[in-house]
Amino acid sequence: MREVLADLSLVAAKDLRIEFRSRVLANQVAPFALLVLVLFGVALDADQRTLRSFAPGLFWVAVLLCALLAVQRSVAVERADDAVVGLRLSGMSPSALFLGKATAVLVQLLVLEVLLTGGIIVLYRSSVEDVALLVLTGLTAGVAVAAAGTLYGAMAAGLGVRETLLPILLLPVLAPVLIGATRAFDDALGAAAVDGWAWLVLLAGLAVVLTLVGALAYRVLVED
Amino acid sequence: MSVVELRGVVAVLGRFPALAGLDLTVAVGETVLVQGPNGAGKSTLLRLCAGLVVPTRGEARVLGFDLVVERHAVRRRVGLLGHATGLYDDLTVAENVIFWARAAGLGLAAEARANWALGRLGLDGPLADHAVRTVSAGQRRRASLAALAVRRPDLWLLDEPHAGLDQEGRDVVDDLIGEAVAAGATVIVSSHELDRVRRLSPRVVTLAGGTLVGDRLGVVRDA
Repeated sequence: MREVLADLSLVAAKDLRIEFRSRVLANQVAPFALLVLVLFGVALDADQRTLRSFAPGLFWVAVLLCALLAVQRSVAVERADDAVVGLRLSGMSPSALFLGKATAVLVQLLVLEVLLTGGIIVLYRSSVEDVALLVLTGLTAGVAVAAAGTLYGAMAAGLGVRETLLPILLLPVLAPVLIGATRAFDDALGAAAVDGWAWLVLLAGLAVVLTLVGALAYRVLVED
Repeated sequence: MSVVELRGVVAVLGRFPALAGLDLTVAVGETVLVQGPNGAGKSTLLRLCAGLVVPTRGEARVLGFDLVVERHAVRRRVGLLGHATGLYDDLTVAENVIFWARAAGLGLAAEARANWALGRLGLDGPLADHAVRTVSAGQRRRASLAALAVRRPDLWLLDEPHAGLDQEGRDVVDDLIGEAVAAGATVIVSSHELDRVRRLSPRVVTLAGGTLVGDRLGVVRDA
């Protein structure tokens, strides 16, 4: 277990250091996320009340679009100069490798979620009515998205058509996460009268399942 | 004892056999040069010995492990220098080597071992702190070798290790191979630079069409 945690933190720290140095998140993904929010607002041509009611769904669609970029980047880092071969020869547990890469994607998603939360408050005039539900939903849905993204990113890379196939593979799998997170945010932002905590429980179940499946399936995808 | 034992090995990549019934035995501590024309199966042989290519037919054992069912055990004990360097562009040279040392499970010894490897490959000093994307192709190659050397594998698999290196770098690689063999490791080198590699290896294996067409000893070591 200690070895898995050491490998997990080694891989996550490496990926985050690469992201920090390359500034892809800061210079490309974050502006893209805000641009998506602005474009939704422009495209809907709606008043503040309508935007507030749509804000949870628009928030999570923006997160999923940014997650695609983060996952593609996470895969590209390993494939650019065949570092993935070194990982296969390193003796690191594939599960630790999966958890490390998923953790790095999760951290990036959490940064984007904070940014997008500020975006919907400023642009859509949303107000946070249940901070705990908002934070836990962001974290739990982030885990589910990062786990599924890391798994399907490796799968698409193995098929050799990663850039084009990833959204087609990943977005249907994340549809339940999108629904659950949107409903929980409806409650947290006061956009609709739903039981957000019940949706959070569903999200937690999805996060656990996707993480377990990813940790188990990654061996097949990376090693063989 | 044999480090590599291949009997009638067939390895199919895509629809074509890259290795077509290969027989090869390599003893502990031996240095073997693999030569042959493009497409002869040299790189596939090295990847097979690293446990990255699964034999379709035949018997294949490396370091005593069966390559079909125990290739994961093989991978931890071999070092492969391929055509790509396997480095991360946005990390420094030193960060890359330390990462691969830690990934190999060296723990607290990782940094000291990485510093040794960096020094051995002439990458210590300010160059160690340069991002890999900013260094020359030859320096990348050296950094890749440092990342391999840091693991001190039992079996070194080197695909064109002198490619892109200047004279000094080539000498360093030769010295490194000599030191690895002196320490008990086995080395298989694929190279087109026959004159240089023959100084390291008295045994030259020739592949063509995925099969062994020559296996001879007797080349003068200090030619």
